[in-house]
Amino acid sequence: MRINLASVFVDDQVKALAFYTDVLGFEKKTDLPAGEARWLTVVSPEDPDGVELVLEPDGHPAVGPFKRALIADGIPFTSFAVTDVSAEHARLAAAGVEFTQPPTVMGPVTTAIFDDTCGNLIQIASMASA
Amino acid sequence: MDGVDAVFRAISDPTRRILVEELAERDGQTLFELCVRLISRHGLDVSRQAVAKHLDVLEGAGLVRVRREGRYRLHTLDRAPLRAAWDEWFRPLVQPDDPNKE
Repeated sequence: MRINLASVFVDDQVKALAFYTDVLGFEKKTDLPAGEARWLTVVSPEDPDGVELVLEPDGHPAVGPFKRALIADGIPFTSFAVTDVSAEHARLAAAGVEFTQPPTVMGPVTTAIFDDTCGNLIQIASMASA
Repeated sequence: MDGVDAVFRAISDPTRRILVEELAERDGQTLFELCVRLISRHGLDVSRQAVAKHLDVLEGAGLVRVRREGRYRLHTLDRAPLRAAWDEWFRPLVQPDDPNKE
């Protein structure tokens, strides 16, 4: 058994695909019709056969309150690994991405947290200093 | 409890003093960021609920203000109650001849 998928609940799959590819730099892996929505995944170009991130519709009525509660307290839904948090922060901020936490040394890791524009906060993290 | 008493009660707890120090370093933090700072920088074993309660005490003493910015709840430090505590209690004791004292 192995883990091959992770998912984020997004409020709009078209907008999410644009953000996760054009802004973050992931690549579309799978895009299949699935009822009213699509089975839509992206992968990192650094690991194209690695874990796929499912951009999952957030239409279920329980998801909205859940996402809003996480955002209110600043809790990231998931975290991505980067080699240099400060460099990624600079790149994404220049692209208009809104950060709730700038790069901050948190013990053994450096982290930053941004808004994915689809209703989630996402953390980026790297080991060692910023 | 009002004024200086509330401030002294609030800062009598070491975790709350750390929260004040972390907010002094960066204003406008979410609950999550404050929790991560306590755990990762100070090695504290605290729950989110416990941190929220500490923040409530600090807010009650006027030391922390919570504001909604878009969908986020952000915490900021208000230094005025610390200055009041200094003026009302510390300064007359440690600088009794200070000509500037009120």
